Amino acid sequence: MAETAPLDLAGRAVELAEGRGAEQCDAIAFSHTESTVAIRLGEIEKLIEATSHSLGLRVITGGRTAVCSTSDFTPAAFDQFVAETVELARISAPDEHAGLPEPELLATGGGDSLQLYDERIESLPLDDRIDMARACEAAALQFDARITNSEGASLSTRIGEVALANSRGFAAAYPATSISLSTEALADDEDGKKRNAWWFSAERSLRSLMDPETIGRIAAQRAVDQLGARKADTKRVPVIFEPMMAARLAGDVAGCATGGALYRGATFLAGRTGETIGSSLVTIVDDPGVPARAGSRPFDGEGVTARRTVLFEEGRFEGFLFDCYTARRMDARTTGSAQRGVSSLPSPGPANLVFEAGETPAEEIVADTREGLLVTALMGFGFNPTTGDYSRGVGGFWIENGEIAYPVAEANISGDVASMLGNVDAVGSDLTWFGSSAAPTVRVAEMTVSGV
Amino acid sequence: MAAMSDPSREAGQFFADRYGIDSARIASLLSDALAQGGDFAELFFEHRSNGAISLEDQQIKSAARSVEQGVGIRVVKGDSIGYAYTESLDPEAMRLAAGTAARIGEGGDRPTAIDTTPVGAAESFYGEEALLSDEPAAAKVALLERADRAARDYDPSIARVDASIADERKVVLVARSDGQIVGDVQPLMRFNVMALSQRGESRQTARTGGGGRLGVEYFERVTPEDTAREAARQAVLLQDAVDAPAGEVPVVLAAGDSGILLHEAIGHGLEADFNRKGTSNYTDCIGQSVASDLVTVVDDATVAQSRGSINVDDEGNPTKRNTLIEGGILRGYLHDEISARHFGVEPTGSGRRQSFKHPIMPRMTNTYMLPGPSTPDEVIGSVEKGIYCVSFSGGQVNISNGDFVFSTTEAYLIEKGRITAPLRTTNLIGNGPEALSRVSMVANDYALSDGRWTCGKEGQSVPVGVGLPTVLVSSMTVGGTNLG
Repeated sequence: MAETAPLDLAGRAVELAEGRGAEQCDAIAFSHTESTVAIRLGEIEKLIEATSHSLGLRVITGGRTAVCSTSDFTPAAFDQFVAETVELARISAPDEHAGLPEPELLATGGGDSLQLYDERIESLPLDDRIDMARACEAAALQFDARITNSEGASLSTRIGEVALANSRGFAAAYPATSISLSTEALADDEDGKKRNAWWFSAERSLRSLMDPETIGRIAAQRAVDQLGARKADTKRVPVIFEPMMAARLAGDVAGCATGGALYRGATFLAGRTGETIGSSLVTIVDDPGVPARAGSRPFDGEGVTARRTVLFEEGRFEGFLFDCYTARRMDARTTGSAQRGVSSLPSPGPANLVFEAGETPAEEIVADTREGLLVTALMGFGFNPTTGDYSRGVGGFWIENGEIAYPVAEANISGDVASMLGNVDAVGSDLTWFGSSAAPTVRVAEMTVSGV
Repeated sequence: MAAMSDPSREAGQFFADRYGIDSARIASLLSDALAQGGDFAELFFEHRSNGAISLEDQQIKSAARSVEQGVGIRVVKGDSIGYAYTESLDPEAMRLAAGTAARIGEGGDRPTAIDTTPVGAAESFYGEEALLSDEPAAAKVALLERADRAARDYDPSIARVDASIADERKVVLVARSDGQIVGDVQPLMRFNVMALSQRGESRQTARTGGGGRLGVEYFERVTPEDTAREAARQAVLLQDAVDAPAGEVPVVLAAGDSGILLHEAIGHGLEADFNRKGTSNYTDCIGQSVASDLVTVVDDATVAQSRGSINVDDEGNPTKRNTLIEGGILRGYLHDEISARHFGVEPTGSGRRQSFKHPIMPRMTNTYMLPGPSTPDEVIGSVEKGIYCVSFSGGQVNISNGDFVFSTTEAYLIEKGRITAPLRTTNLIGNGPEALSRVSMVANDYALSDGRWTCGKEGQSVPVGVGLPTVLVSSMTVGGTNLG
């Protein structure tokens, strides 16, 4: 069988491409073993296991770029793949901004301090995996008599390595693991409508994973809480985002704060660097250096040292996330934010996005709301990054006199993101992580809620 | 062009010539997969090549090509599956993967004889002319440049145009222990344009595109200029858009793209895996009224050259036109092999997967509502105050209870039976069964959307088609900001 160690593959691709006349090139290679156990109603539903290898090669000659990917590493096929990539670069137009990072930007250290790898995941026996998923689902099913069905529970692990090499001498790799456990519980409402809820935990290490029973109980609690949900009135009220939903909102904002959106003119944040857009409670940071998080990384998709970037500081918009290309286009410096898969060009985006915590306990934010909507589910894609117009389907709870009055379904909230950030009037102390993002409870003083 | 090809035999020949995968090797792998027992095993060989060229702001930004190949091996025992895949089609790697998938069969009965007879395809629903993947790069660049010029010529406010052209050629071969060997060669192409309109500080963008399972002949039907002018028109239109209403109003869905309503509101709920598990709001509803009697809905994988069409499904079953709802009555679900066995019905040819790395699920292909008796003008004319929706960026449904959301990109107010001001991007929110029971008029102008939709389910994406005639839903929640 062909050689498949990522660092060797990436190095070989670069060497072959240079031999074929590539002026500049870099290659990213991944290998991973994924394993999934899915349990439903106590029985094994799926056992999936596979090892996968892939490589992406970018060639830049005379400012002309091509990017190709393969998973066929037999010598003849690999050589032909490299030759075709070098040839393909002739099609595109010369672009003075295309190019590898300047040598001084390239990372030197590995990711040792980032705690991205847990050996215990590698040695976790199949029977233990099955037991964990079973325990998770069982806890949901047994939580309340009104839980009548389950979509099952699923435990997935991934053990992998990512390597990057370029024609400026950079060559580095790091191993990483991940583990996730999730379940979905269903309850039957009086009118026959089903109420479902899902919960999960996703971590780098087995030790950090939330215990299976807790995940099951949270999913079941959230399903039962939705029983009796009804439509909301159409009116303007305060809207409270629970942490997972606030993290989604921060993600929408961060998508507009990228060099890619900026040079395309496709963001409402264009030309607003330094402007105070949010209230003083809004601080949003991208931090690839937080240990053991899903987005943590020692270097970005181009080999640039990953670093912390403040997007909003007490409401002031501090600037965009850049990779090398978008930074050069906009006369800025890369922030080490290149995201990279095998089959597309690098593009900037957040690694670990954090909406920083405030000082108010979350319960007080609810207690302090005379009438409003607490959002616990978001649906749909109604967000326009160019204008910031925001419209999302929501589920959650109506709040009256500081208390939860009844669950709400089939509602929608709308506004524009700049005003929403400006109207943030409470931020909780309950910062919670969800994979590669974290946020606390966040209240927006007023939005339009649509219902009946 | 050329004589009728047989994509099934072509696929078999491809894997035999290139990787030495013949009947003997297939039989040996299938017996490895069933070494520990199981109801049946299946091998899914895939070789996929993709190409893309993108133009940004009058420059060809980059060219891309990717190739992926591998085999997915599934062992089925009751409702349970063991699954493994490998990108290496060398015999040892495939044997190891078969051994991994085999674990699920432990303790089960060994099935009887393995049947590996190659069969030909009955009919091909794909375009037969020159594939885009065989076209020279210069020809594709010329198409992109035509789109750029046309969008800029449409209106002086068009400040930026991005366009891309993408092609795919997917060769698949399905071999099942209980059936024959069936293959397919599936072409797919897509052309996209994004236009940005700038007036002073006000920027608006719009995207549009299309394509299908055909080659360059697509551009005879829809020219690059057509697509580009459509993107430019939508971007310019948004410059004058007003706030959408908030609350419940009558909604007219225009023919074509509005089929996303059907896809989200009922399509997913009729995929039989959810019904097998009792987690769909349509569970145990066959034979019952689930929509207004004006509503007849089909899922049809055999529409010529459509993005959602397939000759055979990813379990090797022939595809067909399946009636889901007839005159408001639920007639059937979309099945894969597991759910068809579970319900004791014939497979509907709806087993699909994103790639060899992904297990099979029941999925939609081209889902559309059949035309009704009214004219579009009668439908719009009947509305005193409401909205008219033409195109959408996407939608999402909660399969368990049918609650859905979908987002408009082109919509207008209707006032006194006439279409008036364009609306800013907004959402339609509702519940599938409730919305379909409120379909009060259906027009005679059915259209299938141009090929641009991709459906996501449990992390797997597959190309689909959607379609609808002009339809009036008597009341739906609109998520705008205008309370007036």
